Amino acid sequence: MSVTIPPHVRPKHPPDLELVGVTKRFGAFTANEAVSLKVKAGTFHALIGENGAGKSTLVKCIMGYHLADEGDILVGGHSREIRNPQDAYEYGIGMVYQHFTLVPAMTVAENLVLSRPDLPAIINWRNEFDRLYAFMRTAPFQIDLDTPASQLAAGEKQKVEILKQLYLDSKFLILDEPTSVLTPAEADEVLGLLRAKVVAGELSVLLITHKFSQVLNFCDDVTVLRRGRQTGSGRVKDLTADQMAAMMMGGQREPKIVPKAATAPGPVSLALRGLCADRDNGVPALVGVDLEVRAGEVVGIAGISGNGQRELVEVIAGQREATGGEIRVQGEVYTSTRAEACRHQVFLLPEEPLRNACVPHMGVAENLALRTFDQPPLARAGFFVSQARIRAKGRELIARYGIKTRSPDTPIGDLSGGNVQRAVLARELGSGTARVLVAANPCFGLDFAAVETIHGQITEARNRGVGVLLVSEDLDELLALADRIVVIAHGRFVYETTPATADITTIGHHMAGH
Amino acid sequence: MNASESIGWWGVVLGIFAGALRGGTPFLLVSLGECLTEKSGKINLGLEGTLLMGAMSAYAVSYHSGNPWLGVIAAFGTGAGLGAIHALLVSRPKVNDVAAGIAMLIFGSGLAFYLGKSYIRPSAPQLPALSLGGWSELPQLQAALKLSPLFVLGAGLAFLLSWAFNCTRWGLRVRAVGDAPVAALALGMSVKKVRFVAIVLGSAIAGLGGAHLSLFYPGAWTEAISSGQGLMAVALVIFARWRPVHCLYASMIFGGTQAIAPALQAIGITSGYYLWNAAPYVLTLVVMVITCSPKRTLAGSPGALGTSS
Ligand SMILES: Nc1ncnc2c1ncn2[C@@H]1O[C@H](COP(=O)(O)OP(=O)(O)OP(=O)(O)O)[C@@H](O)[C@H]1O
Ligand SMILES: [Mg+2]
Repeated sequence: MSVTIPPHVRPKHPPDLELVGVTKRFGAFTANEAVSLKVKAGTFHALIGENGAGKSTLVKCIMGYHLADEGDILVGGHSREIRNPQDAYEYGIGMVYQHFTLVPAMTVAENLVLSRPDLPAIINWRNEFDRLYAFMRTAPFQIDLDTPASQLAAGEKQKVEILKQLYLDSKFLILDEPTSVLTPAEADEVLGLLRAKVVAGELSVLLITHKFSQVLNFCDDVTVLRRGRQTGSGRVKDLTADQMAAMMMGGQREPKIVPKAATAPGPVSLALRGLCADRDNGVPALVGVDLEVRAGEVVGIAGISGNGQRELVEVIAGQREATGGEIRVQGEVYTSTRAEACRHQVFLLPEEPLRNACVPHMGVAENLALRTFDQPPLARAGFFVSQARIRAKGRELIARYGIKTRSPDTPIGDLSGGNVQRAVLARELGSGTARVLVAANPCFGLDFAAVETIHGQITEARNRGVGVLLVSEDLDELLALADRIVVIAHGRFVYETTPATADITTIGHHMAGH
Repeated sequence: MNASESIGWWGVVLGIFAGALRGGTPFLLVSLGECLTEKSGKINLGLEGTLLMGAMSAYAVSYHSGNPWLGVIAAFGTGAGLGAIHALLVSRPKVNDVAAGIAMLIFGSGLAFYLGKSYIRPSAPQLPALSLGGWSELPQLQAALKLSPLFVLGAGLAFLLSWAFNCTRWGLRVRAVGDAPVAALALGMSVKKVRFVAIVLGSAIAGLGGAHLSLFYPGAWTEAISSGQGLMAVALVIFARWRPVHCLYASMIFGGTQAIAPALQAIGITSGYYLWNAAPYVLTLVVMVITCSPKRTLAGSPGALGTSS
């Protein structure tokens, strides 16, 4: 029995928050089972677990986005019924979701203002802009307020999401993998800033992350979930990364690092010649870039998000028309048609895979068959698509890549973020026939085991002679995987280096566009 | 006829201008209703039926009560009622809004024909015109400037909606729900409620277009009164890029092209009369072909339109 006493004034100080025996089911599937967790006021709490462990589901119960089937949520020592995010706001709880919650057609300013639950019926934009400018002066990062959200790169969107919560003055902040698309330096800056607020007693943070370094550097306490159950918790200073990994995976495990084979790069497999492209608003995003990727080589593109990486990948994917220059694959002009992609075996791991590489309402197996459903063996006589074969092929890939889904027919949009990523990886690399692979932030939101798998797959592909173009905002990833690193800034390639000779400060300098 | 001849081709221009104001009004009101509906992420193809029901009910109420303004209110209410049915239908999971809209179109027009049978003969009191042409000697100009009060209402509404979409909480919420329902949900909005209000209000505004048809121009109730204007208004919203003020301009253009044939006939040019009658439809096609581009999605198109979310 829960009592609802809506406080009429939002809390000025962070509240204690406690979950007692929270259970959440989706139909017959139990996503959270009797999870208990306590975040003391003014602490930084980490929630960790593998992909699909139920972390997002749990915090969505706190936000009232889902209603828990059993269990109690205590805010400030009282049992509270939180039925929707509005209720959560009243208790001073705010969340940055894993999937972006910006309205694409609206500008950053409109998005920020829209999120205010106390928004007046008639909006006085002059006042709102005064408030916004005043807020932006104290904000940790700057974003142009008049840009439509649809034109922001993933990293910029993530920053706006965090800005939004700071703007709302939330006292209990839930962050669902907020830093996955920020550069490590940016992520440290953001978390450092939040940490300072926590230490000052102005904020409590519940952080979902896959990065142990963030847990160790910024968090006070940690709770571990595994398959929907709580399998460990404690003070961070008493634990090591290995102990936390063991709680997550249910036992010790050996890291499996695929070594880079010492092969000489082969012929050019992917070449960009004077490639130009515009953003949606017609402003040039790429201004004549030249690049050659040889077979058996990983070329990494480093850069701060929003410098043309998204447009580059979209042009290669055929989602955006080039305004100049050309792409050549194995020496032939490549215009990104399905036939050409199939003939040259060009594969893609785009960012935001649910949006860019999946049909959310179609089943997992159908999504896995998107590349090949119209070819034998999935289609008979090149025309009749066999659902049975699609499902059988789907089952095989689901098992091989460890995709956590209830059935091959579950809509792919219902999968956890990490499992969507795995599914796309399975589709693109599962056949083993790739000759060119373009990957953009492929490990966005993956747990460390999955990151290892994907890094292993990319290195294996490289060792097999695939030409890989790896666009990533994670420098560590590039340093680990790439043979050459090219820095992009303002739509140009401005610097090139190799991991062996790379100097982080120099790269950072070029990324900032100096 | 003499006066027409004396001002020659100016008569054609004036005729088209008058047609734009008079004939454009139903386009204006229906397209504003459709614009509001589509901004919330759902489409209502049933507005042709709403237009007919609005025309029929306005005429009937005006006939029985003797007060045309009660007729206008009746049209608004009938539109709201039909909108509520559509809104309830499309709020159910797995109900496709295009299919539901077509069903509503058939339902609305069938009901209007059935209930309206007995009102085809009698004549009902009409809405008074706002005469703004008193300063001119020209009878054609005076006639052209006899404005429908519903045109004035619709023009005001276009600016009001445009302001509301940018400067009111409710307007921002409609846009958010129409563009990213998942995000709206995460912001604590009730997607269903916002859509319900937008669809009902949109349909009610379209109903007003019907009142203009039967109580102002052409000013009688017949079954052929709407001639597909409710459907063309849907195309018009796309043409106007989901911007209410552009809906105003677009409906003026459509109303004007509709009047080309009668205006030419008035100065004695009758050849190609039926061809000129096709002008609005040709215009629709031409505009669509010119403005569409394979490189970008239509700017302004609400993100949730045509999806099942
Ligand atoms: N709306 C839903 N309907 C049905 N099943 C769901 C729904 N949302 C999540 N699930 C399932 O619940 C499980 C937990 O998902 P959740 O998103 O909480 O995982 P997670 O721990 O956040 O993983 P990740 O690290 O990949 O984000 C998954 O197996 C997922 O398929
Ligand atoms: Mg998650």
